[in-house]
Amino acid sequence: MPHYDLNPEQDMLRKTIRDFAEKEVKPIRQKLDEKEEFSYELVDKMGKLGLFGMTISEEYGGQGMDYLSYCIAVEELARVDGCQAATVAAENSLGIGPLYHYGNEEQKRKYLPDLCSGKKLWGFGLTEPEAGSDAGNSKTKAELKNGTWIINGSKIFITNAATKITAGITVQAITGVKDDKKEMSCIIVESNTKGFTARTMHNKMTWRSSNTAELYFDDVRVPEKNLLGARGTGFKQMLSTLDSGRLGIAAMGLGGAQGAFEAALSYAQERKVFGKPISSFQVNAFKLADCAMEIEAARGLLYKACWLKDEERPFGKEASMAKLYCSEVFHRVANHCVQLHGGYGLMEEYPAAKFYRDQKLLEIGEGTSEIQRLVISRYLGC
Amino acid sequence: MNIAVLIKQVPDTETKIKIKPDQSGIEEGDIKFIVNPYDEFAIEEAIKTKEKIPGATTFVVSIGPERAGEAIRTALAMGIDKGIHIVNNEPALDSYLTAKVLHGVLKERNISVIFSGKQAIDFDHGQLTQMLADMLDWPCVMITESFQLKEDKSGAKLVRRLGGGAKEIYEIAFPFLVGCEKGLNTPRYASLPGIMKAKTKPVEKLLVSNYLEGQSAFVSYKNYELPPERMAGKKLEGEPQIQAQSLVKLLREESKVI
Ligand SMILES: Cc1cc2nc3c(=O)[nH]c(=O)nc-3n(C[C@H](O)[C@H](O)[C@H](O)COP(=O)(O)OP(=O)(O)OC[C@H]3O[C@@H](n4cnc5c(N)ncnc54)[C@H](O)[C@@H]3O)c2cc1C
Repeated sequence: MPHYDLNPEQDMLRKTIRDFAEKEVKPIRQKLDEKEEFSYELVDKMGKLGLFGMTISEEYGGQGMDYLSYCIAVEELARVDGCQAATVAAENSLGIGPLYHYGNEEQKRKYLPDLCSGKKLWGFGLTEPEAGSDAGNSKTKAELKNGTWIINGSKIFITNAATKITAGITVQAITGVKDDKKEMSCIIVESNTKGFTARTMHNKMTWRSSNTAELYFDDVRVPEKNLLGARGTGFKQMLSTLDSGRLGIAAMGLGGAQGAFEAALSYAQERKVFGKPISSFQVNAFKLADCAMEIEAARGLLYKACWLKDEERPFGKEASMAKLYCSEVFHRVANHCVQLHGGYGLMEEYPAAKFYRDQKLLEIGEGTSEIQRLVISRYLGC
Repeated sequence: MNIAVLIKQVPDTETKIKIKPDQSGIEEGDIKFIVNPYDEFAIEEAIKTKEKIPGATTFVVSIGPERAGEAIRTALAMGIDKGIHIVNNEPALDSYLTAKVLHGVLKERNISVIFSGKQAIDFDHGQLTQMLADMLDWPCVMITESFQLKEDKSGAKLVRRLGGGAKEIYEIAFPFLVGCEKGLNTPRYASLPGIMKAKTKPVEKLLVSNYLEGQSAFVSYKNYELPPERMAGKKLEGEPQIQAQSLVKLLREESKVI
């Protein structure tokens, strides 16, 4: 029989992160967003709470929690601020994840403790200006010469890669060609390496206080042992990283939807037009009912995907479904939220506008909605 | 050295309280329960004190139904070492009985200091700590906003807030009780490793009924009612003189306070 109770630790985790987000993040989210400011102070606080390396074993400084707990934490952050949720989710799944799953003992010992404590951050560079959905079309190359990788190329839209505390990035590069097929591998590049530049990208519509960077590799030389996992397994590593990453993005959609819904409901109950609260007009009440229902369904789908992952069963299809559904639910809820706020919904002093802006990323990052439909339909045998 | 903290699980401050149809109490169904906010200052101060005293042990004590176990787990996740849950399946205890049960449980435990919140935000009695102090025959400082352990760790210097900005400063040797006020410290969040560790920390379970010694409560609640809804305010218009006149008129004729 399925049961729907969270365990006491998960309950307490939710309460703690909600409390933290309400008290520490909410009062400054608007200011950080307006100034496009990455908050080192919040990263430090989130690190002390244990929000980085949540699913990593304690040996390397992680918390050894399950994926459901991880998603609950991301959900609660996103309920208040998608930007901080982005920093945490990207760090856990893209920054720390590949190092933990594919790194050798030396690499893990060297990088993970500082990443898990939030002292340092790490990026994962896959996307290129001409290779997003079609990641296979990437051009960045790494050549092995006398025990040194020489890397040339560029990456774009890389989260957490250009902060003052970024220790390095994992770059996906072409390391050879076999039978007309590109051989892809992942290589570790530390931030201070000569020839490597990470530049923060400005003027984003979404996730304005999360760090997004362009990376340039100009004859970057790193030792051969910086290869992450086996040579030629880059594509496989990326696919599996994205599978788990989708759970985090889904959690951001779910949490954002929850936050936008709560804002919409309380505003609709307070705002009086024609002498009545707008929530008493059926057209608005029905919108709120739809939001509540879809959020409930989204939560069910995401938690099931997490459960499959935690049970070590195949979860790729469900992760893709959860990512797609949760971000589209957030889209609809954020839209209703702004609509219910009327003119005020367009003003940044209300949270509706930020939910509306932050939502859009979720239909694009870590595989667009179209790509998710492609992934799901392939599972169906189409 | 043993450091005790008294905590109570109370309805979340944002809860909309609903009264049971027979007015015998409040509906608990939809209520979210939290650790009494003042008790969080007590928990934090206990942990900070322990961190300064090698070998010291902290424990929380809570009287309440099964659900009060959550409050205890929260304190353990914040860093308290052990819990004592005095399970209460009796009718409501008044402050005196609560103090009596706590006295029975705590008197033999070789405690140096007991931290509590200055009051619980559910019933706001604000008298339990003092009653327990009397039963233990220990000194007690309420509304404490500063606590400094003495260098030789034999006691502490405490500052207690009085009205009008005045303060009282105490220097007391252990053992004693402290009623904690907002501003004393900033309670830490339960960290994720803390939450995981809390699972394995010991919680002793006792029964209230074993500590009542035949005594029953002095105070009982007959019925509950919500306060009347606040009426909309009135705005007085016109020149200051006219406004003052209409204010006096209203105070005299409508609210009849002068
Ligand atoms: C804020 C932010 C943070 C990011 N963080 C990272 C990061 O940390 N690391 C990283 O590697 N990348 C990151 N990305 C990149 C992100 O994953 C890509 O933007 C995304 O995969 C889409 O790629 P693209 O922008 O090149 O769009 P394109 O691939 O050019 O897609 C354009 C449009 O075409 C559609 N399309 C493409 N192929 C098909 C198809 N086969 N069928 C139907 N429609 C199709 C897409 O769905 C989309 O609507 C980030 C992006 C942003 C905006």
